[in-house]
Amino acid sequence: MRKLALSDDILLSVEKPARYIGGEINMVKKDPKEVAIRFCMCFPDVYEIGMSHLGIQILYDMLNLREDVYCERVYSPWLDLDRIMRNQKIPLFALESQEPVKDFDFLGITIQYEMCYTNILQVLDLSQIPLLAGERTREHPFVIGGGPCTYNPEPIADFFDLFYIGEGETVYYTLLDKYKEWKQSGASREEFLKMAAGIPGIYVPSFYKPEYHADGTLASFQRLVPEAPEKILKQVEQDMSDTFYPEKPLVPYIKVTQDRVVLEIQRGCIRGCRFCQAGMLYRPIRPRSLEFLKQRAKKMLETTGQDEISLSSLSSSDFKELPELVYWLIDEFRDKGVNISLPSLRIDAFALDVMSKVQDIRKSSLTFAPEAGSQRMRNVINKGLTEEVILKGALDAFRGGWNRVKLYFMLGLPGETDEDIEQIAVLSDKIAKEYYTIPKEQRNGRVSIVTSTSIFVPKPFTPFQWAPMVSKEYATEKRFFLLDKVKSQLNAKSIKYNCHDADVSELEGIFARGDRRLCSVILQAYQSGCFYDAWSETFHYEKWVQAFQDHQLDMDFYIKREREEDELFPWDFIDIGVTKRFLRNEYRQAKKEMVTPNCRAKCAGCGAAKFGCGVCVEERENTP
Amino acid sequence: MKARLKFSKTGSMRFIGHLDVMRYFQKAFRRAGIQVSYSQGYSPHQLLSFASPLGIGLSSTGEYLDIVLEDTEDCTEIIERINAVMNDEIRAEAFSLLEEDAKTSMAVLAACDYLVAVKPGKQSFLLDGEKRAAALKRFAEREKVELLKKTKRSEKLVDIRENIYCMTDQKRVFEQFSGLSVPEKNIVQEGSLPVLYLELTAGSVVNIKPELVLEALYIQEGENFDAFACQIHRLEMYGDLQGKKGEVHTMTSEIPCQLVPLSDYQAKTRINSSDTYKDKWQ
Repeated sequence: MRKLALSDDILLSVEKPARYIGGEINMVKKDPKEVAIRFCMCFPDVYEIGMSHLGIQILYDMLNLREDVYCERVYSPWLDLDRIMRNQKIPLFALESQEPVKDFDFLGITIQYEMCYTNILQVLDLSQIPLLAGERTREHPFVIGGGPCTYNPEPIADFFDLFYIGEGETVYYTLLDKYKEWKQSGASREEFLKMAAGIPGIYVPSFYKPEYHADGTLASFQRLVPEAPEKILKQVEQDMSDTFYPEKPLVPYIKVTQDRVVLEIQRGCIRGCRFCQAGMLYRPIRPRSLEFLKQRAKKMLETTGQDEISLSSLSSSDFKELPELVYWLIDEFRDKGVNISLPSLRIDAFALDVMSKVQDIRKSSLTFAPEAGSQRMRNVINKGLTEEVILKGALDAFRGGWNRVKLYFMLGLPGETDEDIEQIAVLSDKIAKEYYTIPKEQRNGRVSIVTSTSIFVPKPFTPFQWAPMVSKEYATEKRFFLLDKVKSQLNAKSIKYNCHDADVSELEGIFARGDRRLCSVILQAYQSGCFYDAWSETFHYEKWVQAFQDHQLDMDFYIKREREEDELFPWDFIDIGVTKRFLRNEYRQAKKEMVTPNCRAKCAGCGAAKFGCGVCVEERENTP
Repeated sequence: MKARLKFSKTGSMRFIGHLDVMRYFQKAFRRAGIQVSYSQGYSPHQLLSFASPLGIGLSSTGEYLDIVLEDTEDCTEIIERINAVMNDEIRAEAFSLLEEDAKTSMAVLAACDYLVAVKPGKQSFLLDGEKRAAALKRFAEREKVELLKKTKRSEKLVDIRENIYCMTDQKRVFEQFSGLSVPEKNIVQEGSLPVLYLELTAGSVVNIKPELVLEALYIQEGENFDAFACQIHRLEMYGDLQGKKGEVHTMTSEIPCQLVPLSDYQAKTRINSSDTYKDKWQ
């Protein structure tokens, strides 16, 4: 019988005990005593969300390919178990061996969104690892962070020994080799950090010291040791078809958010939407070869027994061989009961043909993400989707039998006017009108349009990193304004309007462009009981306000002001390839409502060409 | 081609709920390349059904599921093929091909056998042989065993006396009664002590949960019932050759029920696993 860290009594008194027992299909089994390095990979959120993350599956597979490493997993215990573990002082354990995380060599934490920052502290706390990196000793694991939020790691810098900036496929093995060397040498903890700091992409926050101007802006960011490089270069996997990708992904017992095989068809995006951080961080776009994708798709479906495969990328329609791949998947797997899901697909004739083959039209809905209601604003954000294209796509879909549409927009985009917001309602209505142009007998009941807005949050390494974020009060006011406009449309009864919580967005905005002074705010908020902040039932806004006050930090400083063009940002020490000069120019273009062509249409000279791969070295051809 | 799989669910798999076990098998059959027939329509699903859901926390060496296989399926070594793609704590134990007109195990289920063991380190009056024997004697002499049955709409007292076919602390007595052979070694959990063997009415009309019978015994003895003290383990499930649809047919009915393990019920052939739990636990 597998030994479990938790007793039967505990497992039977918590919700979904399967979150904590591990033993999933394709879980890697090794003898912890037989390996040189024990690595615990963590997604600081509940199991069902963490298990849906592709990045961990890739790294789990990659690290376990090494015989001298055993990579295990841990997720945030849910509130019920959290309470029990605190009361009974049970140390947090990894799912595979069920042994305490504190005994590992590394705790790797993937940081996918800002609102999980307090959950990082929860994981450290339950693991009985000191929350502050400076208080850890040779007995403790090295805590290493990775993922999109590490492109501004400063608000959580104090909690990490090191950060891995960039794609995990490249330098982890080097880091592990150095670690083995260090472990044998018996040198100090700091000595290892110095060795690590010499590896490209590795950032050791304790080797840098920020200083601030009287107005709170960053004055300088000094290196404290010669081993620490001045700039940290983002790591890029250059050949996406000759790299790590699991053949046997984990299969959870309980239903998780992404309960399917995930095939990442390409990384990066050519579109250059000015609000989108992923679109800048993962440049240049790098498609995987058809051969690689077919091999992995087949293999993963065989080894998992999953009945669904999802093609993942930022913009699937920009994958040139998409039709070939999709029709191959349909031919190969459709009669074996495998469902094919295609998120982020532009609605066109191909998309409708594929969707009609793989989905039940009556049950599925079409998704458009115009992001802004007016063409003017779509030019500002460089979203190359026109009203004409949306309406044509919708009409074609309605003719094909669909009658449900989901629309995604943002409120609070830079320079937004009431007119721009009103256009969200107008566009929703125009789509409904398209539906009623088809003859009554060909319609499939009523049309249903769900229009959702979220609050725009400016992110580092985007052209809008200088832009102010709107206030909570503004967001609330405009939400009602839009609701009013939706209600006054001709087809108001067919349009449902949803919106996103403004309190959480505000905090997300603060963390996204925050500096190292926020570490103590986050620490206090956690210690006063904040965690699972992304879940509205556990979000305590007043505790956060208190924490900011107690540290004499002004929330508005981080979000409300437009930053000076030459302001030094806390994240400027990271080099993502895309230059600050390019981003600044894009911000100016946005103000002029000028669009910038996509990477395949015309190179805009963003700087990502320095990586010498992907679209930057492709032969030119025009993509509309 | 209708078929029935007998499987065990032990150890950490006790914490996987019924719906997840269903999804587990759907994936396992796909990994093993076993051609289960699918329903028609846009979201086809495997033709798969279970005899009776097992509650979270319970273990079992006698679970059953029914599947419809594509006619071309080769069934030799089918148990080995399934076990090769499953974990160590859910194992295929037996495989039967059923007659063409066979009813599902869910429809024919009439009784279940259970073993109750006190978990290591737990207190229970059942550990005291004399107290236990006295309690069981008193229980056997009762005219009525009334339980409060809760449904969505109402609560009512139900007498389940005639639904308890066997209740003993003697392994040999139970084996003689049920015809089952219970392995010598503890099949439940390292260090736990078997204290009771039960055979109870099960199925769609009346389904007696072993924990309720256990609780009734505690109440009779004026003891506080600790739901975590005992491990309940399902040993076997039976169909009733005399059974009629929609009727409760017990051992005291005019024509008493005639129980047959589900692996043999309307079965043409039966293949047993070569690596049954017996080998693993003895």
